[in-house]
Amino acid sequence: MDRGLYRRRILRNRFHMTMAVATAVFGLTWLVLILAMLLIKGIAGLNLAVFTEMTPPPGSSGGLLNAIVGSLILTTLGVLIGTPIAILAGTYMAEYGRHSKLTDVVRFINDILLSAPSIVIGLFVYGIMVRPMGYFSGIAGSVALAILVVPVVVRTTEDMLLLVPSQMREAAAALGAPRWHVIRYVSYRAAKTGIITGILLAIARISGETAPLLFTALNNQFWSTSLLAPMPSLPVVIFQFALSPYEDWQRLAWTGALLITIAVLTLSIVARLLSSKRTV
Amino acid sequence: MANFAVHASADSLSNAKPKMDIKDLSFFYGDNKALKDITLPLFEKRVTALIGPSGCGKSTLLRILNRIYELYPGQRAEGTVMLDGENILDPKLDANYLRSKVGMVFQKPTPFPMTIYDNIAFGVKLYQKPSRAEMDAIVESSLVRTALWGEVKDRLHTSALGLSGGQQQRLCIARTVAVKPEVVLFDEPTSALDPISTAKIEELIDELKRDFTIVIVTHNMQQAARVADLTAFMYLGDLIEAGPTTTMFSTPKDNRTLDYITGRFG
Repeated sequence: MDRGLYRRRILRNRFHMTMAVATAVFGLTWLVLILAMLLIKGIAGLNLAVFTEMTPPPGSSGGLLNAIVGSLILTTLGVLIGTPIAILAGTYMAEYGRHSKLTDVVRFINDILLSAPSIVIGLFVYGIMVRPMGYFSGIAGSVALAILVVPVVVRTTEDMLLLVPSQMREAAAALGAPRWHVIRYVSYRAAKTGIITGILLAIARISGETAPLLFTALNNQFWSTSLLAPMPSLPVVIFQFALSPYEDWQRLAWTGALLITIAVLTLSIVARLLSSKRTV
Repeated sequence: MANFAVHASADSLSNAKPKMDIKDLSFFYGDNKALKDITLPLFEKRVTALIGPSGCGKSTLLRILNRIYELYPGQRAEGTVMLDGENILDPKLDANYLRSKVGMVFQKPTPFPMTIYDNIAFGVKLYQKPSRAEMDAIVESSLVRTALWGEVKDRLHTSALGLSGGQQQRLCIARTVAVKPEVVLFDEPTSALDPISTAKIEELIDELKRDFTIVIVTHNMQQAARVADLTAFMYLGDLIEAGPTTTMFSTPKDNRTLDYITGRFG
């Protein structure tokens, strides 16, 4: 081969590789900086009181207990409401309605919902629940979160069921199994880890959501587990405390942010592990 | 043709009676007519092989016999296929009932993502509620029958996906015979397997025809010669000719059959 051409190729290859590495490093730098900052500031405020005391009024010490519990309730309920609907919808799209027009329409709308700004969802639930009921409530917050769960889980459920080979369904049907039986005992089983991964990712997505809760669950300084009253949550507390001029509040906001990040990170890692082992 | 190990003789057909009777059967994928007026009896406790080049409609024909084609839209069969005095194409006949009588084994092994034991229990549970001990017995006898018992008896409760391809295919056969069908359809059951596994499956088919009526689609003419009592040659959606395997491979009536079995096309 021509020596000059060869050398030019090596140089070009080196150039492109350097650029690729540089951009990757550029992107990662910010992530590392954010996490480092979060870790330093968050750990500084981490103590037992965070998990045992309520959010304090400005100037006094306290914790995040009510916000943590509120977040757990809102997220759990949001997932409990959203997941069954989403799995059933995804099942329809991949199993019963694979060739129907309705599936195309649902998939299109679902994709829009998937990228809809969450504040719009918050306003929507404000309109259909908070206004008619007359007060902010935990249940309204859960519904808003459920609406965010649905498109994520619909998407993963459909995708995972579509990955199940049709020969497997044929084989089950050839034994005389009715449709629902094939889906329940063969398709779901084959797609199980994928569907669970989708649910975990949906949980990760909603556990950091603030905007939809501002208009629905609002916040609560005090211990409250009533679904018919305003309910505190970590993201909203972070939002409120971080913007405040009080140092105690700011410190708690950092700690809260750290807690959410750890939770989301853990969920993502679990989801990763689950989806990497594709066995029974 | 002399080197084919043809064991099925014309005599073995003399006292056979048809188990399924295909009459004037046509099949459509949308507007495309894939099968043209097929008439073919399938004899009881005999092996019938469907051979022909790719796209000739042999798999299509097989997929009508248990109405598995109905899982997909836009496909339609016309004509009659009689089984035990009933036309199986009658929409009033429940497809799942039909499939309890007509089992199917597919080209690729399709073990369900569950244990070996549960793979067999899956089909059985659709029709009966056996006790634990009865189910154990059914699982064992099905596996013994498909010569798999010795290889898997110590790991019945491990995933079926851990078996080799040939073992998976024998598990699929075990699963099919466990529900006691009358007819078993094989859709190129060995095309994804190595020669040793293939030989085992062929032996098995020979074994199974004592109790079941068997229809096998195959690309492999030697396989048809080895396992089938009857062979039907299909070409472009037509049934060209059918008859005792020995006759088909020694003195076919149609030139196209002769060309195909001597490897001039396909």
